[in-house]
Amino acid sequence: MKKKIAIIGGGPAGLAAAVAAKENGVDDIVIIERAPSAGGILMQCIHNGFGLHTFKEELTGPEYADRYIKRAKEKDVEIFLSTFAIDISPDKVITCMSKDKGIFTIEAESIILAMGCRERPRGALNTPGYRPAGIYSAGTAQKFVNIEGKLPGKEVVILGSGDIGLIMARRMTLEGAKVKAVAEIMPYSGGLKRNIVQCLDDFGIPLKLSTTVVDIDGKDRVKSVTLAKVDEKLNPIPGTEEVIPCDTLLLSCGLLPENELSQAIGVELSPVTGGPKVNESLETNIPGVFAAGNVLHVHDLVDYVSEEAANAGKHAAEYVKRSAEASGDKREFVVETGNGVRYTVPMTVRPSECDTLTTLRFRVGNVYKNPEICVYMGDRCVLRRKKQICAPGEMEQVILKKADLDTLKDGETIKVLLE
Amino acid sequence: MENKTMTCINCPMGCQVNVAYEIKDGKPDPVSFVITGNTCPRGKDYAISEMTAPTRTVTGTVSAKGGDKAVLPVKTVPPVPKDMVLTVAKELEKITVSAPVSIGDVIISDVCGTKSSIVATGNLQEG
Repeated sequence: MKKKIAIIGGGPAGLAAAVAAKENGVDDIVIIERAPSAGGILMQCIHNGFGLHTFKEELTGPEYADRYIKRAKEKDVEIFLSTFAIDISPDKVITCMSKDKGIFTIEAESIILAMGCRERPRGALNTPGYRPAGIYSAGTAQKFVNIEGKLPGKEVVILGSGDIGLIMARRMTLEGAKVKAVAEIMPYSGGLKRNIVQCLDDFGIPLKLSTTVVDIDGKDRVKSVTLAKVDEKLNPIPGTEEVIPCDTLLLSCGLLPENELSQAIGVELSPVTGGPKVNESLETNIPGVFAAGNVLHVHDLVDYVSEEAANAGKHAAEYVKRSAEASGDKREFVVETGNGVRYTVPMTVRPSECDTLTTLRFRVGNVYKNPEICVYMGDRCVLRRKKQICAPGEMEQVILKKADLDTLKDGETIKVLLE
Repeated sequence: MENKTMTCINCPMGCQVNVAYEIKDGKPDPVSFVITGNTCPRGKDYAISEMTAPTRTVTGTVSAKGGDKAVLPVKTVPPVPKDMVLTVAKELEKITVSAPVSIGDVIISDVCGTKSSIVATGNLQEG
């Protein structure tokens, strides 16, 4: 079958992209979703705190998802549920598979990548010790508890203080489990402050910073884990070991954008984010292929995922509507990062394609007190903003003005850095 | 004079705010509060509400019957007093709902005498 726009993934990014594409005048759209319902990971995130920016109220994950599912329904967005996209060719032919339809292909004029991310598994952590039952990624445990209604363990240690780990510390406690400690290898938590307070401090769960798991004991089921302090180079310090009896170890050690399909198309990935390199329109190096949400870079707030994806949807619609025209020669400028700024999205900007305001999001690589976020066009500083604090766990953003972008001369770059 | 230290949650700074206070009628006396460590007015407001009437939204699941899910997600509206969080969480274990249920449906009102309701945050369709 043929479609103007095909969206891979029916989570918050895919839904917002579809709605925006419809609003921008493209009707022939399909979302391909592997789960039996839309909504993505939000459906298992039953805690509240979603939607403060978008809806000015605190929603739970399923409630936030429901609002977008309703919008997509109102706009008659077609969603193929329980359908896997198993391959995409460079000429934008998507091979799909489902129980009902078998294997079939979709020829799309434009594709929006919205596959989200995956949790870093134990195998990627080099954690020593046995491989017994009772070791789960935090998100897997979240699915067991919140979707299946099953508690994966009673005495729990959590490695990693990412938000999912913190949320699960509270969730397991409310379900009657004893969470004995959250260990974080870094000297600071990667999670949001409010989660540390409301998920750990409220229940007296200790957060052990600069601490990691050095051994897991138990042949069939986890019996204990051994924690140890680490030095500045993150190496365990002998003599600081502490054995904690438990039956479960949850891992909350980072999220990785899921880009196997993107690579099949030939989309270039950033080694820093693990997501596609995109320009101001969130378009990858393959014309007509866009990306948004956690597949592009891992977000803290779903509100920004929706906003970013709506932007991708709009640009995909524009691409489809004018694809007959030859696209003119557009000057493109690289966004350079420096001094604490790890990456930006977008990574390149074409001023001719920018709206009056363009949002640029980024993360810093360490905790900085009283920094100034600075943006330069060439050597001209166009933005300087004082912050009390910047931390790796909180995504930052700056708004670029088209008037400033238009001052860029050939050979110059846009620079984003902390001073 | 008693002392309590807490982490402010209004921004990533996470100021360590200290409240010195006196007990009057078995409760911290707001008149006696001496708040230090905050770097902005929001920290002061946060400390006062945490000392006088801290509340939390409890989110969890209840058992589901006759629907397309094993459990249904729920939350408390409005938030319950912080010291009732574990009591309310225990109460959720006793609840079973039958399909159909829609987002926003009240499942229990005045849960555990808190005047808050347990409200569905997911849809349970028959099937």
